Amino acid sequence: MSKAVVVKDLTKKFGNFTAVNKLNFEVDKGEVFGFLGANGAGKTTAIKILCGLSKPSSGQVTVAGFDAYKQSELIKKNIGYMSQRFSLYDDLTIAENIRFYGGIYGLKRVEIQSKTKEYVKKLDLEEFEGRAVIDLPLGIKQKLAFSVANVHNPAIIFLDEPTSGVDPITRRQFWDMIYSEAAKGKTIFVTTHYMDEAEYCDRITIMVDGKIEALDSPSRLKKDFNAHNISDIFLKLSRKQNSTQN
Amino acid sequence: MRTILFLLQKEFIQIFRNKMMLPIIIVIPIVQLLILSYTATFEIKNVSLAFVDQDKTQTSKELKSRFEHSPFFTTYAEADHIAQLEEAMLHQKVEMILVIPKDFEKHLNLSKKTDLQLIVDAVNGSAANLMASYANQIVLGFNSDIITELTGFNIKETGIHVVPRYWYNPELDYKTYMVPGILVLLVSLIGAFLSGMNIVREKEIGTIEQLNVTPIKKHQFIIGKLLPFWLIAMFDLCFGLVIAKIIFAIPILGSVWLILGVAAIYLILVLGLGLFISTITDTQQQAMFLAWFFFVIFIMLSGLFTPIEAMPEWTQRLNILNPIAYFIDFMRMVMLKGSGFSDVLSQILHITIYAIITMGLAIFRYRKRA
Repeated sequence: MSKAVVVKDLTKKFGNFTAVNKLNFEVDKGEVFGFLGANGAGKTTAIKILCGLSKPSSGQVTVAGFDAYKQSELIKKNIGYMSQRFSLYDDLTIAENIRFYGGIYGLKRVEIQSKTKEYVKKLDLEEFEGRAVIDLPLGIKQKLAFSVANVHNPAIIFLDEPTSGVDPITRRQFWDMIYSEAAKGKTIFVTTHYMDEAEYCDRITIMVDGKIEALDSPSRLKKDFNAHNISDIFLKLSRKQNSTQN
Repeated sequence: MRTILFLLQKEFIQIFRNKMMLPIIIVIPIVQLLILSYTATFEIKNVSLAFVDQDKTQTSKELKSRFEHSPFFTTYAEADHIAQLEEAMLHQKVEMILVIPKDFEKHLNLSKKTDLQLIVDAVNGSAANLMASYANQIVLGFNSDIITELTGFNIKETGIHVVPRYWYNPELDYKTYMVPGILVLLVSLIGAFLSGMNIVREKEIGTIEQLNVTPIKKHQFIIGKLLPFWLIAMFDLCFGLVIAKIIFAIPILGSVWLILGVAAIYLILVLGLGLFISTITDTQQQAMFLAWFFFVIFIMLSGLFTPIEAMPEWTQRLNILNPIAYFIDFMRMVMLKGSGFSDVLSQILHITIYAIITMGLAIFRYRKRA
């Protein structure tokens, strides 16, 4: 079993609206897989299905070797998830947040303590240690959220627009964190609409209106589409979609 | 089990870090008991009364003095015509007008029969009823004295004489009746509102999504979320009982353990209601509105402020579905009558079945989804 994620004909409908239309892709273990698309293209819907937060309408989904229909709770044990919205508890301190999520994932007290020390040191949080998370700057919050999503050492980490609203330097640091986790053999599944970030991924898919319009490594895509950068490809695909609609 | 402990630890830190929480838990019970216990009394004192004495005789004077000496009435004014008092009645300065017609004494002496007119401000119907019946009692007393005087026949010492004894509340103290009900109100509000609001808040700020993506089990989440509020409400009930006993000297004739035991079940019902509301709402505003919708109806129907017997039959029947009514009934019976387990078995059964249904429905509705 070398695939982290296998998706076949995945479709999600909300009433008459098809948010995700027959997606097909596979993600290898240890890969940094980028999921690109405009707002409303269906990225978040797809990632929620992969994380077991939402059930597919049809198609097959296997995450970490488990079936999304019947084994969503087993999937949850093996993945980490960081949502678009900041999802740590604002009124708890850094240590309390780590302790809570660590405890929920079944970490031992000793492990929780060492994780807390590790994160505080790695993210340079000594000055914020005793304060509620609400006082942290956004960039640090996002890095902390990433660390907490990783607290139980999952095989796959899903990141839903983790860097939106974050300054370029922090974004760079954030991607360093992603790489260091990928280097440990973890699979990273990341959605973004920053096209420069797409270049950091091993492979990317571009979603337009619920469908996958492109899927390959950034360099091959640039060659195939005869484009200088991912941004050009993205614009081409989006315009094509608009012109067929009109 | 370990997961639940981590969840409980987190909840308690958050609850007590919230600056509003301690006042809610400590101050609200005290204020509610102190204020609400005095809000709705069935007794009316110092009714503002005006006379229109068109007779102006010894008899009419005597009748007026009876009213003047009653603790229930205070004389506001005397007038010659009703028209002069209309303005005062409209502005609620006068609540009742007693009209003694011309030739009142003459008719009484000659034909042994005469009339009086009583005009009552009946905006509040039940208060008007009370005022009229107070007035009636005074007139009746006056009447029997006249009969004794004229005939020498003492009507008070003969015939059927009813002597009421008020069991379970011998002084007809209104607070004795109110306090058990207010205690119920207190734990119901704390249970349903705080728990429901707490869960919806996590939806609002988005942390519930992070929680739903963890392998936490449904029962762990529900126990971790509801147990803190169960404990807080139980604490508040004990606290309220102590205040009732010490400040209001309310009797607690029945078993305190029975009260606590049934309260423990009742709170599962109320927390189930809170959880259910949280499953069908997305914002605290919606949850608040929905919770109030239920509770205003439950409270008004429960007979806490107005007697159930005075309601039309179809609303009385609605009380079959009213959890608050059962628990108020139970509390009054155990606290004031000293009822034992077998006396309140029906209430306990209703509360238990209701608790199972509500909590079951809430658990069924609760989904670990985004």
